[in-house]
Amino acid sequence: MIEESVINATLSTALRTGADFAEVFVEDKKRSSAHLDDSRIEELTSGRSRGAGIRVIVGESTGFAHTSDLSEAGLQQAAEAAAAAARGSNGDTRTVSVTRQDVTPAYEITTFPETIAKSRKVEMLTMANDVARSVNNAISQVSVTYSDSRRQILVANSEGLLAGDDQVRTVFGVGCVATGDTGMQTGRMTVGRPIGFELFDEYDISDLAQQAANMAVTKLRARPAPSGEIPVVIGNGGGGVLFHEACGHGLEADLVAKSASVFKDRVGQLVASPLVTLIDDGTMPREWGFFTIDDEGKPAQSNTLIKDGVLVDYMYDGIRARKEGRPSSGNGRRQSYKHLPMVRMTNTYISNGETDPDDIVADTPSGIYIKKLGGGQVDTASGDFVFGMAEAYLIEDGKVTEPIREGNLIGNGPAVLEAIDALGNDFDMGSPGTCGKEGQGVPVGDGTPTLRVPTGLTVGGTAA
Amino acid sequence: MSASSIDTNSMDQLFAVADTIVAKAKPGEQIEVVVARGRETEVKVYQGEIEAFTSATSQGYGVRIVADRRQGFAYAGSLDADSFDEVVAEARDNATFGTVDEHLGLAEPDGLPIVDLGLFSDSVAAFPDDRKIELAKELEELAVAGDPRIIGSESSEYNDSIGESVIATNTGIRVSSRDSGAYLYVGLLAEDDGETQTGFGLSLGREPADLDLQEAATQAVERTTRLLGATKPASQRTTVVLDPYVSSQFLGIIGGTLSGGAVMTGRSLFAERMNEQVAASGLTLIDDPTDIRSLSASESDGEGLATRRNVLIDNGKLNTFVNNTYTGRRLGTTSTGSAVRGISSTPSVGCTALQLLPGARKQAELLADIDDGILIQGVSGLHSGVNAVSGDFSTGAKGLRIRNGELAEPVREFTIASTLQRMLLDVVEVGGDIEWLPWGAAGVSLVVSDVSVSGT
Repeated sequence: MIEESVINATLSTALRTGADFAEVFVEDKKRSSAHLDDSRIEELTSGRSRGAGIRVIVGESTGFAHTSDLSEAGLQQAAEAAAAAARGSNGDTRTVSVTRQDVTPAYEITTFPETIAKSRKVEMLTMANDVARSVNNAISQVSVTYSDSRRQILVANSEGLLAGDDQVRTVFGVGCVATGDTGMQTGRMTVGRPIGFELFDEYDISDLAQQAANMAVTKLRARPAPSGEIPVVIGNGGGGVLFHEACGHGLEADLVAKSASVFKDRVGQLVASPLVTLIDDGTMPREWGFFTIDDEGKPAQSNTLIKDGVLVDYMYDGIRARKEGRPSSGNGRRQSYKHLPMVRMTNTYISNGETDPDDIVADTPSGIYIKKLGGGQVDTASGDFVFGMAEAYLIEDGKVTEPIREGNLIGNGPAVLEAIDALGNDFDMGSPGTCGKEGQGVPVGDGTPTLRVPTGLTVGGTAA
Repeated sequence: MSASSIDTNSMDQLFAVADTIVAKAKPGEQIEVVVARGRETEVKVYQGEIEAFTSATSQGYGVRIVADRRQGFAYAGSLDADSFDEVVAEARDNATFGTVDEHLGLAEPDGLPIVDLGLFSDSVAAFPDDRKIELAKELEELAVAGDPRIIGSESSEYNDSIGESVIATNTGIRVSSRDSGAYLYVGLLAEDDGETQTGFGLSLGREPADLDLQEAATQAVERTTRLLGATKPASQRTTVVLDPYVSSQFLGIIGGTLSGGAVMTGRSLFAERMNEQVAASGLTLIDDPTDIRSLSASESDGEGLATRRNVLIDNGKLNTFVNNTYTGRRLGTTSTGSAVRGISSTPSVGCTALQLLPGARKQAELLADIDDGILIQGVSGLHSGVNAVSGDFSTGAKGLRIRNGELAEPVREFTIASTLQRMLLDVVEVGGDIEWLPWGAAGVSLVVSDVSVSGT
């Protein structure tokens, strides 16, 4: 994207106020999307944004500037601005020479989405709409979205690193509204992978459309959710959101360092049921949180955070790692060139257990079974977290019975982790997610086998 | 380095980009170009040191083409003239795949004049960086010293921004807008008896002179320390008082259900209920982007039409939905000046400056009438806990018990649940303490009866 000599010169300028560290992050992102709603192809959108973010670190302070002007002059100006913002004072001249250190991707993209005719993408939207509407007369509205993106990044820093990555993502989602005597209900299915159009070799979009429609129709007969502390069985796949909120964020080293985590000073201690082994793994091929290098140029890693219930380590980005004199764990990510990197999760999952998932339900006299989770949110300092149930059922006499209406569950991270008393042998990854932190969204994956939380989760329903 | 002030030629530059691209329309095509440019400074201070200083400029443009009653769109994240032809060609090509729809078409001037609301202050660009840093440092110091149980800040921040944009079409629209804003934010940590709680305070305005350090610090200290020692309440149905910060988030969601976009696609709870009583009789909900007290006030909407005051719910009766040009035509009416957009998408429709017509009484007076209830200070998980189509909501919450008319012990780790429909009808009183917040809805203390609290 940019010549090495220009990068070297930009870094030298960024270092001119005596910085400890300087970095250039260049991004070129193309996106295309097509949206159908109300049986109309509303529009196709295409766009491109590219630019560079320049970061300069002096002592504890970071200066940051970004520009959409990738000319040598534009980069110099941004480097000057970042250096001035970092407020260093020593004016030693230092030269930088970067060396290309690319990492071979774990797999190849077989069909870049830009090679597929727009008409084919439009046909898929129409087809999914037709299928969803044919499922049941109660389906009153359908929206379908296709989108793909290609994000090429280049990271160079004053330590001589120069590395790039080419990140392709494709997503397809169907949302349905069903209308009945009890009002309207919604169902949604989304699939996505960091791959190209080969996504559709793996997923049948008419199946997706049917599932989304069935979810909405099923929920029409949903009862009000119960309220209070109730045993909860969480189905495999998307249940990983539970761990993302219950402990994932609390294991981010930047929050730990500011005492904003209930998991501070707990490395080596039992923080969860011994059944729980929690891993954050940016190397999982084709999973939504996958990348070859993170947004600081560090190759993705698999990091075991909790092993058999014992806290092993936190997740680190470069700045936090430097402060603590240890290597980054490959968790430095940013939304775009306009943002500073920070500690972020990648693919966060609980490793497989040994119990037959059917036995877990059968062994639960009463409670709720959550098939599909919604998003969540956590206050890392207190550990209190919530997550939504997008599709859930009552468990009565050890059987999954009636659907219940949507709502949130609330719990406290450490208490819920400790309470887990059954782990299935049916591990799966869930739907693609976007994790938000300080206003920045990044793609993340979650996974878990079926599990049970017998105490500690409060269901926020309206039924007594 | 300070954001250099926006010179008077600046709008001319943006118009030049827009006019150049509009001129590329082919016969029979409608073309709309939105061009935007912004500057932002963010200072984050932690433990008395600058943690990060960000100086950012961003710019870009989007092109919408309507041809043969089909619509296409493309954008670029720069104002590079070399990209114009490609982006126009891409928007034109995209239009060929859209569904033919007789209601599609760009906005045309509707006769309502655009009024200068004075949303821009020169003082933002002129404010020196050193002062920005000092403000963030002073705020942290003041807040951390506010109570012995405060163990530190998570972050103390100063942020300001200047935005300018133009919209031009070949249907008679050619408008510009410019605004500025600044805010201070501090997030605190308090500890007592091994338990940690967080809270925040903020102060905002159109220019640095509007900011009130003391107000932000006091608010943060109070919100953080008053939750220490919180326990989980018992499940019950009870009266809650939503703090302004909380009620504003609910108003935002309710506003979404009153958009013409939701109505025309059958996704609005209120689609068939025009002129019916949908809320308690004392409740009047207004979306008024011309109210300059709102930080999201604007003179023109995302299609270049003048913004206006829209009364959505009038004394409990559903009065109007908000529309953009397209949704208005679909619903057999006209735009209410409520098109919402960035540069990377076509205009959607929504509320941008919601407020409830405030009542007469302060929060303390509202509390005085309540024997048993909960003041909700914060909610979490709104994005997963509210279904704006079905109306079901259930969110995590924290706050303070109300006993015999006064605030009592803190409570946490519980949920509140109802439906949006019921909540509107169950509003007992609207407080007089309107609070302007840095998003599209102002808050006010709101007393709501019969909400399900789920705890132990």
